[in-house]
Amino acid sequence: MDVVISGLLLGGAYALVAMGLNLQYGVARIMNLANGEILILGGLAAFWAFVSFGLSPLLTLVIVAPLAFIGSWAMYKLLLRPLVRRAKTRGQLEVDSILATFGISFFLVGVMVSLRAEYFTYSFLATPVHLLGTTVAANRLVAALIAAAIGGALYLWLNRSRPGMAVRAVAVSPEAAGLVGINVDRVSAFAFALGGAVTALGGCLISTFVTLDASSGVLFTMKALIIVIMGGVGDIRGAIIAALILGLVETAVASIIDPGLTLVAAYAIFLAVLLFRPQGLFGQGNA
Amino acid sequence: MNRRNFAIASAAVALSFAFSEAPQAQEPIKFGMVAHLSGPLAGGEAVTHLPNVQLWVEEVNGRGGLMVDGKRRPVEIVQYDDKTNPAEHIKAVQRLASQDEVDFMIAPYGTGFNIAAAPIYARYKYPLVAVTAITDEIHELTDKFPNMFFTLGSTSGFVEGVTNTLKTLQSKGVIGDKVAMVNVADAFGIELAGVAREKFKEAGFNIVYDKSYPLGTPDLSPVMKGAKAAAPDAFVAWSYPPDSFALTEQAIIEDLDVKAFYTAVATAFPAYGGKFGNAIEGNLGAGGVNPNTDAMKAYRKRHQDVTGKAPDYWASATYYSALQVLEQAIEGVGKVDREAVTEHIKNNAFETVIGTIRFDKHNNSERYWSVGQWRGGQFVAVADTGMGDSVAPVAKKGWK
Repeated sequence: MDVVISGLLLGGAYALVAMGLNLQYGVARIMNLANGEILILGGLAAFWAFVSFGLSPLLTLVIVAPLAFIGSWAMYKLLLRPLVRRAKTRGQLEVDSILATFGISFFLVGVMVSLRAEYFTYSFLATPVHLLGTTVAANRLVAALIAAAIGGALYLWLNRSRPGMAVRAVAVSPEAAGLVGINVDRVSAFAFALGGAVTALGGCLISTFVTLDASSGVLFTMKALIIVIMGGVGDIRGAIIAALILGLVETAVASIIDPGLTLVAAYAIFLAVLLFRPQGLFGQGNA
Repeated sequence: MNRRNFAIASAAVALSFAFSEAPQAQEPIKFGMVAHLSGPLAGGEAVTHLPNVQLWVEEVNGRGGLMVDGKRRPVEIVQYDDKTNPAEHIKAVQRLASQDEVDFMIAPYGTGFNIAAAPIYARYKYPLVAVTAITDEIHELTDKFPNMFFTLGSTSGFVEGVTNTLKTLQSKGVIGDKVAMVNVADAFGIELAGVAREKFKEAGFNIVYDKSYPLGTPDLSPVMKGAKAAAPDAFVAWSYPPDSFALTEQAIIEDLDVKAFYTAVATAFPAYGGKFGNAIEGNLGAGGVNPNTDAMKAYRKRHQDVTGKAPDYWASATYYSALQVLEQAIEGVGKVDREAVTEHIKNNAFETVIGTIRFDKHNNSERYWSVGQWRGGQFVAVADTGMGDSVAPVAKKGWK
């Protein structure tokens, strides 16, 4: 039971890391390598608000999410749309966007180093909660619950609402979506901005239990990439399930076999998915 | 990924401008520094090294500079970022030596970086007064690189400090013989855990839990649950900053009932005390200082005044002392002559904020604090080698 609960909580944290990138890559087709830095920015904001004003990270995220939405919107409109317009094929857009966002990631690291070069570490809800016979940290539980709420809301919105359907249409085929009268450019910008908001919000929550610093974004980008590819590009359900699988497997290996083998286990399932289901657990054939 | 390297280089150049001082009337003496301004070790560098360099430059230039050739010349820092990447680090040192033609170098952060940079320092004959470098290879290294000096102790010295602290607590009846030990799975953690395994056994301790975890593990709760299940009397982690924070937090969550709790790097950071407050009263960790000497008090106050932040309770003061060694040796020689300065460091004693530093025939200063304990908001040394001023360790009393 220990393993299942801890694993689900870790999976929830991973889902926070990956859902944003899934929207950005799946819908807007931008392989955003600055995703981790956006997450760290969210964490930095939570840290700064907590240390300077005693503001709870749960309040900070209400402020951070719209700011990250606007920031990501602007980033898409100003820096990435020219690439989208110019790209003749999807492959070319991928290469261009990888390079552009890679550059942006360095810029963001530089900005954050100048704001705070030390670790962002503080204590928030670092209290034990007894849950079904095991002990978990309250901050991890809160993060996992919010992850579940965001994931559920996104899933319902994408699958039950009209704008959500437009987003899914763009994810499947931007050309066809354009033909049926969907404003592909606007939907892409919206999905990209929404992805940024979810990621920054995840950063706020993760900073309550992981010690971040200006340079740790790349670790989260890598994790997000693995989860998105495992789950299937552009499928929010796939990202969440892949995140939970990763969390459960890592925790099970750490508890039952050896904590030293968690990374090995994570990459082993990643490899297995790539070998036997290269489009991801829920991916479309041509993704 | 060559584009990556290009991006790194341009970021490094941009950042380096931020730190170089405006030229002054006398031609400055140039000090090269390759820092981890970003990357995994940037957080530690920003606490332990950078503020001390700032403080030292301010102090020396406040006096008008270093006295060489009968006149005072200001000091100037030329700095590059290496992104905590050894290959970039070496390139930047090369550039400082051959293009910027700096007169001296300031030691880098981290054992691996000091050792990796040693050959190129030796080639250009820069004295390298290493601080944040802890190894059992001091004799071999200084035989090979006679310009290299060590100030913060050896791996064995560190583990002995922890062993002695645990022995003292055991002889007082505070703890029994069961020790849970974990380590981060990289060179630092593996080497320390390897030495500790032997020394703990020799000292009669029984290691009831012994696991490693990968660097950057996002959830250490399985590790802490496992350690707790082994019902230890003492917990020892050879950990890095993010995991020192995470293990301590998990110990609080799990209410790990031990009378001795040790985490390695970052326990001495002011942020550790700031994060956990009273919960960490009695926690043990790497480092410690004697906060009560006049020199240390004055240093801590100046550090706070000049940089706006408190120094850590471990290598900060030693790093500042290493800069003082370099400063006094340059003034002692009275010339910008690297070989003469190296000789001067070998043959003289230096008055620093951690007391007198004198190097033995292996270029090693056998005076350092090895274990500290949080007591009433300060991290006080409870074990040392050659210092002789640490206090006796006491039991940790719960996490409340």
